[in-house]
Formats: sequence, C-alpha cells, structure tokens
Amino acid sequence: MVEASLAGDVIAEGVRASLHDPLPANAGPQADAGDVATFPESEPLLLDCGISLGPFSIAYKTYGTLNAEKSNAILVCHALTGDQYCASPNPVTGRDGWWTTMIGPGKPVDTGRYFVICSNILGGCMGSSGPSMRNPKTGRPYGLDFPVITIADMVRAQARLIDHLGIRQLFCVIGGSMGGMQVIEWAAKFKDRVFAAVPIATAARHSSQNIAFHEVGRQAVMADPDWRAGRYLEEGAVPRKGLAVARMAAHITYLSEEALHRKFGRNLQARDVKTFSFDADFEVESYLRHQGFGFVERFDANSYLYITRAMDYFDLPAEYEGKLANAFKGTQTRFCCASFTSDWLYPTRENRQIVQALNAVAANVSFVEIDSDKGHDAFLLNEPEFLATVGGFLNASARRRGLPTHKPQAD
Amino acid sequence: MHGQIPAAKSKRRVDHLLIAEMVTRKARVLDVGCGDGDLLELLAETRDVDGRGVEISREGVNHCVARGLSVIQGDADTDLANYPDGAFDYAILSLTIQATRNPRNVTEQLLRISRHAIISLPNFGHWAIRLRFLVNGRMPITGSLPYSWYDSPNIHLCSINDFVALCSLIDARIERSVALDGQGQRIGLGVPLLLQNMIGSQAVFLLTRETGGR
Repeated sequence: MVEASLAGDVIAEGVRASLHDPLPANAGPQADAGDVATFPESEPLLLDCGISLGPFSIAYKTYGTLNAEKSNAILVCHALTGDQYCASPNPVTGRDGWWTTMIGPGKPVDTGRYFVICSNILGGCMGSSGPSMRNPKTGRPYGLDFPVITIADMVRAQARLIDHLGIRQLFCVIGGSMGGMQVIEWAAKFKDRVFAAVPIATAARHSSQNIAFHEVGRQAVMADPDWRAGRYLEEGAVPRKGLAVARMAAHITYLSEEALHRKFGRNLQARDVKTFSFDADFEVESYLRHQGFGFVERFDANSYLYITRAMDYFDLPAEYEGKLANAFKGTQTRFCCASFTSDWLYPTRENRQIVQALNAVAANVSFVEIDSDKGHDAFLLNEPEFLATVGGFLNASARRRGLPTHKPQAD
Repeated sequence: MHGQIPAAKSKRRVDHLLIAEMVTRKARVLDVGCGDGDLLELLAETRDVDGRGVEISREGVNHCVARGLSVIQGDADTDLANYPDGAFDYAILSLTIQATRNPRNVTEQLLRISRHAIISLPNFGHWAIRLRFLVNGRMPITGSLPYSWYDSPNIHLCSINDFVALCSLIDARIERSVALDGQGQRIGLGVPLLLQNMIGSQAVFLLTRETGGR
C-alpha cells in the first residue's frame, strides 16, 4: 500500500508541474510537445457566460504539411478526456496518440495528404487555458475562478487558432463524442469555414441521462476532502480518489454490456476463490480501478468538472427556436455522420436526429451506423467498416475540394 | 472516366441506363433505395449530378459511403417526410416501389420533395407471369421476381396498368414511360399500353406533379 501511494505521489508531482505551465514540463526528447498560441489581453475571448477571457492560450499539435492554397487542413476535435496528441505519443504518459486508428500516414485522415490540427480544448489541462493554469491576474492557478465555459466557447477559441494559422476554410472538422459536438457547433456557427464535417457518436443536445452520469462524476470529485473547494493545486493536494471514482463510473458508460461480459465475465482477478472482502475479487473491478487511477495521473480534477459542465450545457437546437434544422439552414458543408449499434451513451437515435435536421435543409449528408459491440469507445478502436466509410467520404470530399487525387486502395 | 453513358459496360442495369437518360446534367438527385450505389455512381459519372441516396440495408449504406457517395440509412416509407418540399430535381425509386409498405404515399412524397419522380418497377402483368399463375395456380417465380411468396420482400407488386391508374389517382403526370421486354430491349413507342402491359418485363416512368395539384 505504502509503495503504491508513494508511486502515485511521484506521478502526481509530474502532473502538477505540467498543469501549471503552458506545456508539459516532463515532455520527453522524442515526444514533440507541439505549440501554444497565446492571445493577448487586448484580444480576449468573449464567453457565453458574459466574461471576456484574456489573455488566453490554446495548445495544439499539427501533423503533415499545409498546402500553398491552405485548403487541406483538417481540425480534429477531441473528446472529454482527450488532448492534442491525437496521432503522436503523449508527452505526459508516453502512450500512443489517442486516434492512431484514424490519423496517420495512409490512414483515413492521411497525414501525408492533409494538414492535421488538433488543439487542447479551452478548459483542458494540457496547455490550453483552463482551471489548472496560472491566472495571470493573481499568479495562482485559476481553480474555480476560471469562468464556466461552453462547447461554443471551445469552438470560438479554436476558430481564433485557425485564424492565427492563417487558414480561412477548413477542409474538414472531425471528432467523436464531445468532439462531435464541436463539429456540429463549427458547422452551425462557421458555415463558410467548414467544407466537410464528420460528427461521430454524438448528440445535438446532452440527454438527461448523460447529465446525470456527469453529476455523479462531479460529486465524486467534490466529495474528496483533497479537492479543497477547488484550491487543491495551491495546497499541494490532488483529489485522486474522487477523480478516479468519477472516471470509473464514466468508463462503464463508454463500454457495452456485451463488451464487458466478453472481456471479463465474472472472472476472478488472480485468485481461485472469493476472498469474502472488498478487495477487487473480480477482473472487472480490477480493470476499473486501473482505469480510474491511471486517469488521475494525466488529468486535472477541476478540468473534469468544467468540461463535463460544458457538455451538459450543450443544446444546439435550443439556440434555434428548438429546431435543429434551423442551425444548418443554407449550409454548403458536406456531412458524414456515424454511430455504433452498441453505443448507449450517444445512441444511433440521437445521431439520427442530426441527420434528419440536415435532411430537412436538403444538406449533403451521409450517415452510417456501424455494427459493433464495443460501445461508445468503438469510434477510437479499429473498426474497419467505420474507418473505410470515413476514408471514402474524405476521398470524395477531397475530389470535390480539388485536392490532388489520392491513389485509392484496392478493394 | 467522364463521357457518354457507357452502355457497353455489361454490369450496368438496363433500367439504370434508361433512368440516366431521363436525368438532366448537374441536377439534384435523390436515389431512394440506392442499394450499392451503382445508379448514383453512373449518374455522377455521366450526368455530373449532385446525388444523394437513401438505403435501408446497413451494408448497402456503408458500401456506398466508402465509395464516396452521399448516402444515409433510412426507410422510404418513413424518412422521406424529413425532406423539405422541392429539395431535388429528380427523386428516383428504382425497382423498389414493390417493396414499400405504402407505395401511394411514397410516390406522393417523391413528388413533394422533387420536381420529377423516376420510378421503375417489375411488371406483374407480364404474360409469362400471368401464364404461370394460370397454369400452376401458384405465386409465380421468375428471373426478375425470384422469391417465394413467403420470403419475398416484394409486398406490393403491380402491373404497368395498375401503376398508370395510381398516377391518375394522385394527379401525377406521366412525362415519359418506357417498357423493357425480358431481354432488356425497349418496346417501341407506338406499342399501345395494353400490349406493353402484356410484353413488358419492367417499366420506367418519368412523373411530374400536375400543376395546381397538391
């Protein structure tokens, strides 16, 4: 026990160092930490809550080369606990990028062909302005002084980054889950800046059930005495247990009953008989604990509160008299929506509502439902049919955009 | 790749080639029941259309999207209602009407969301079908209708004459109709409808909403 908690402290120390500074301090020599765009106080970001945030920073990572016409840029939007390291090793964890099934040389989002931009969202904890960053006005971490942000705020911040990179129109905006929310927000608010959009396993408004799950996670964080009313960074604490429990609960929602059953069943963890205790007797318990405590090493608890809040507040149709179709009126963007049969967090039904709204304005939309038993997380995994459809869509869109033709892979 | 309709391509369905002739260049087209997307691809290659598809089978949809076609998974009976009036120049239902639950409603929806509807159908009034039923007294199984009655997706079969009657009922004007014989050859324009209904194996109709109609 002592050893485990010691190891935890060491890792947490590393995370704290990374949280304060714009870039992870412990980035290894081989891991490219990426760049940070900082916007001065004179150019603040006007947030939905009414506050002007400035100065603010957006950390980002790019892959591939922007062409002379600046017409081949793809913006990748990450999900709740993602970051800008979508296709290269994460400098904090040393682990592979989180979407290497989708992005890379020869992959559907081909970095040999497209210029891929992935930014840490506003409110995140990997170098963009968020609650773990130092508040330039006080010199202390923002903590709960960071304004409550929305998906629209995240997208506005991304748009500023895209301006900063000198790109007028993105060839494509792609993302799953909360990334998908950002995609449809982009498509609704910046119609002429999005040539193609790929919202995956997402929803135009967060469901009551999803808000409920998030509330469980937030309450777990805030119930941890080490949360210290949000000022844990200054007090040298980390609400490790609360954040781990939040992650454990959330992780279940990313899987499916079939996937859990196939992977673990009722198997016992490294023992032959039940121990008649509250140890992790079952493999599934051990797995969840591992997920929870691994997560704490790389993620900030306050960021978790802010980002889940932003997702809960997301309700695009509410901004358009309750009719989602109005959000897309006049759109020229080509859409490709995708859902997964076993995703009960963002079920096909909710993805189809986006498709129906797009149909209602006669938008150019494709929609695939992928047969998978891997639950919501399927979009991050190697699902060949899913990857083939996204690749086909991007190829066809690239032709329309006049990008150089790509040698199609043999059938 | 671009050029005239490649009639020589043996894999092209005859009714697809006929439909492609009826579609004007650069038109907005919705193909309802688009299957693997062969017709949409033909129309894109030869007519440069802005094409979309609706397909009920998941495999069909995923195949189409991977081919670069704009297709959604959906059901002709329920999902056409989502489209606005006049969204397309042509709405196509190719050899699909007999598999819909409500062919009248589907036809009316096609003419609501589109200026023209192009509908092709297998002709249940063909002499060989009539003969088989007369001789055997059992539901006929033919090359174009290869299913037994109990596992057939074709739940609303009709003859050419039946369909013409439906058009008149719902104020749809028949701009053009072409019947094909069992070999896929066009039946001459001068052939009276009664005879087309006898020797036509399938037919393709180009419909327009009657002005002043709904």
